[in-house]
Amino acid sequence: MDHVLRAVWQPLGLTPLPWLAVTIAAYVLGQMVQRACKGAALANPVLIAILVVSSLLEATGTPYASYFAGAQFIQFLLGPATVALAVPLALNLNHVRRSFHGVGLALLAGSLTSALSGVAVVALLGGGRAIALSMAPKSVTTPIALSLSQEIGGVPPLTAALAIAGGIIAAIVGRTILRWLRVDDWRAHGLAAGVAGSGIAASQVAPLSGLAAAFAALGIGLNGLLTAAFVPLLAMLWPQ
Amino acid sequence: MASAFAILIGLQLVGEVLRQTLHLPLPGPLIGMALLTLVLVARGSTGAAPEHAVPPSLRQVANGLIVNMGLLFVPAGVGIIAELGVLRREWLAILAGLVISTLLGLAVTGLVMHHVSRIAGRAHRATPQVPAE
Repeated sequence: MDHVLRAVWQPLGLTPLPWLAVTIAAYVLGQMVQRACKGAALANPVLIAILVVSSLLEATGTPYASYFAGAQFIQFLLGPATVALAVPLALNLNHVRRSFHGVGLALLAGSLTSALSGVAVVALLGGGRAIALSMAPKSVTTPIALSLSQEIGGVPPLTAALAIAGGIIAAIVGRTILRWLRVDDWRAHGLAAGVAGSGIAASQVAPLSGLAAAFAALGIGLNGLLTAAFVPLLAMLWPQ
Repeated sequence: MASAFAILIGLQLVGEVLRQTLHLPLPGPLIGMALLTLVLVARGSTGAAPEHAVPPSLRQVANGLIVNMGLLFVPAGVGIIAELGVLRREWLAILAGLVISTLLGLAVTGLVMHHVSRIAGRAHRATPQVPAE
């Protein structure tokens, strides 16, 4: 049995196919679990897929490099997916025009607060430069966060994990915290989810209100542009 | 379908080329996103409603990619295995930074947006309210 498995696996293991299939299947499983949990934010499909794939790699003793040789084809689509964010942005442009000042100021304040406080807390608690810089782009949508982290000398996989974890935190506590602060405006809820938790938090508020969805898309897109502009400056100003 | 994908990949490529030639500190896909936004907005400003400025096939492909974006970050997220050593050594700084910056970013964005648009929007009072649960 064992050598039959090995005979099948060895030629297949040289192609990207097995780990591609495993990654997609793990994500589909994650979506099924979330649906079974009635859409609970904690049952996040990305988190579930990462845990499933990681345990499979651990169990089969596969190094990350050979996993990534297959899974890189999925990651490649992050490029066109980022370009695609232009579509909701363009569709909602008239909403931004109407609340131009609010969006501009909230974006500037929220984006700077999120990036600077992350870097500051890590630096104060003695984390190194690379870890602190990995924190800076973490509230941006992951494809942008990944390339920014690479650009400024962070650790891209760490940034990706932080972006996903931050998105989950924002999705779980976002509405409670904002209501506690007496913020009762869907535009503010949507924008805050997009700026602080990007796609994961946005997908949590989007089904509740069309207006929240529009402002979450705006938050993701504009926060990406703004953070991409100032985080490299931050890295430049911080000598190695 | 294919044409929409060609637009997205093509603009990513243009973004990469611009990044390299002009030494921009922005990632290529992000430049592509800004370019596509400009093109779509320009199309919309020639009189067409925003819905008509975006070709249906592009909207469909873009929506498909955005809805399933979660899948696209799984390979990078799995890469955290390789960083487990760093995580274990610096877990307190990482966890504190993550939680504090996420909550602060959320609260500041929401508060500023809410109060500024309340002040600015007194003229047309159509502030949509979040119903209490």
